[in-house]
Amino acid sequence: MMDAIQKTLLEQVAGLHEVPQGAYSLRINGSLHGKNDSENISIVKKEDKPGIDIYIKPGTKNESMHIPVLLSQSGLKEVVYNDFHVGADCDVTIVAGCGIHNSGSGESEHSGIHTFYVAEGARIKYVEKHYGQGDGNGKNVMNPTTVVVMAKDSYMEMETAQIKGVDSTKRDTRATLADGATLIVREKIMTHGEQFAETNFTVDLNGENCATHVISRSVAKDKSRQSFLSHVNGNNKCSGHTECDAIIMDDAQVIALPQIEANHVDASLIHEAAIGKIAGEQLIKLMTLGLTEKEAEEHIVNGFLK
Amino acid sequence: MLEFINVSYETLDGKEIIKGISLQIDDRFVAITGPNGGGKSTMAKLIAGIYMPTSGRILLDGEDITNLSITERAHRGISFAFQQPVRFKGITVKELISIASGKNISVSEACQYLSEVGLCAKDYINREVDGSLSGGELKRIEIAMINARGTKLSIFDEPEAGIDLWSFNNLIQVFRSMYERTKGSIVIISHQERILDIADKIIVVSGGEIAAYGAKNQILPELLGAQAGCRFTKEACK
Repeated sequence: MMDAIQKTLLEQVAGLHEVPQGAYSLRINGSLHGKNDSENISIVKKEDKPGIDIYIKPGTKNESMHIPVLLSQSGLKEVVYNDFHVGADCDVTIVAGCGIHNSGSGESEHSGIHTFYVAEGARIKYVEKHYGQGDGNGKNVMNPTTVVVMAKDSYMEMETAQIKGVDSTKRDTRATLADGATLIVREKIMTHGEQFAETNFTVDLNGENCATHVISRSVAKDKSRQSFLSHVNGNNKCSGHTECDAIIMDDAQVIALPQIEANHVDASLIHEAAIGKIAGEQLIKLMTLGLTEKEAEEHIVNGFLK
Repeated sequence: MLEFINVSYETLDGKEIIKGISLQIDDRFVAITGPNGGGKSTMAKLIAGIYMPTSGRILLDGEDITNLSITERAHRGISFAFQQPVRFKGITVKELISIASGKNISVSEACQYLSEVGLCAKDYINREVDGSLSGGELKRIEIAMINARGTKLSIFDEPEAGIDLWSFNNLIQVFRSMYERTKGSIVIISHQERILDIADKIIVVSGGEIAAYGAKNQILPELLGAQAGCRFTKEACK
């Protein structure tokens, strides 16, 4: 049974009140709490290291699976390896997420290393939410690594969100795309207090007519620091777009380095980066509609990260 | 009723934009016109609280609102449609109209406000108010927000700017129906004769002062006469 804190974490990272229907794997405080296979999705616990292998049968359509991780024991540190084998012509949604509740003084850390093997023609939507809470002095640390290997004509949408309570995060995402493959990444981050968030994306556009969009929106408040680095390498006839859009507030610091590298004459690559405070005219407009300055600021930030 | 008592406004570098204006606006539909740079938009921003007067007082229905914030004035019933509407990444048309009306409005209510300004709600309610909307679309959404607020004083800063000719006819209709439907007062800053023509009174602001203020029937012929007397027009007609 999950306790109240664990249920709160589960709701925050997966939008679930109880263990989900269908295929799922729930990890709590460093061990596998429960798992369930479906007809098309099987989950196998790794024998040599912590983690699971997920096998999705070719042709599986309109199925979703959840793999939340919850940490409510202060000071726990873990590295987990999850490998996703997505069969050809699948159309599936995978919801991952990590919630940490740290009420002690030890540093809690979860490092999930997720590797996706997306077979030919498969479509996958991958959603990952990170959330931290706790009333102790211990820090909540999450360092996710995502490796994506995309076969011909496959399609992947990756949505990551880290909105609250994670003191330190270093996200590494590496992807290689074959002919006709498409990868869309949407990242949303809000940092506050003295938090630190670093994200690195490396996308190798190796196949002909493959494409990527790597889009990051972030808000840095208080004394927090953020660093966004992306490397989109066009190694064939391909298109790549990387964009970082950040709102900076208070005494925060934001670094954005969207890098594009063309190694082929038909590689079409675009990068954009914008960092700025909330525009005064946006605040004024909402204040003329009756909001206070603080309410206006909240609306602008929430909309930006929606 | 809105009252300016000897209101002046100077910029930080000491340029006097409004020079001791005193006037009362107690008609339901007043147009403010005058040459560019004459102080019209500054007057509107002084009313909305975006600028604070350097000296003088502003009263709304007898209450001194000079030192009230933008938010407090909004709560007192002042609405202000910007000349250059603001864009918001991630905030939808429906959300903005909801904020304006002070409650979470239904799709049919949003539809009503948007159709009044010539927009099909289905195409717009879930659109973000960002760079994907054209200047004309943003202007109409701006007017829809003021409609949704339904306050006792609505100020429009050059609502015709950026609106195409076809939409302009509808715009006149929007103001006509607003005038008929609501009990509030409308103040419009405009250069357009057809907008001035539907006002009860016209204020001419030039060089930071009131150059003329009176009934439309009195002011409009003078303005049009002044245009007819333009040296360039006369020379062009020779």
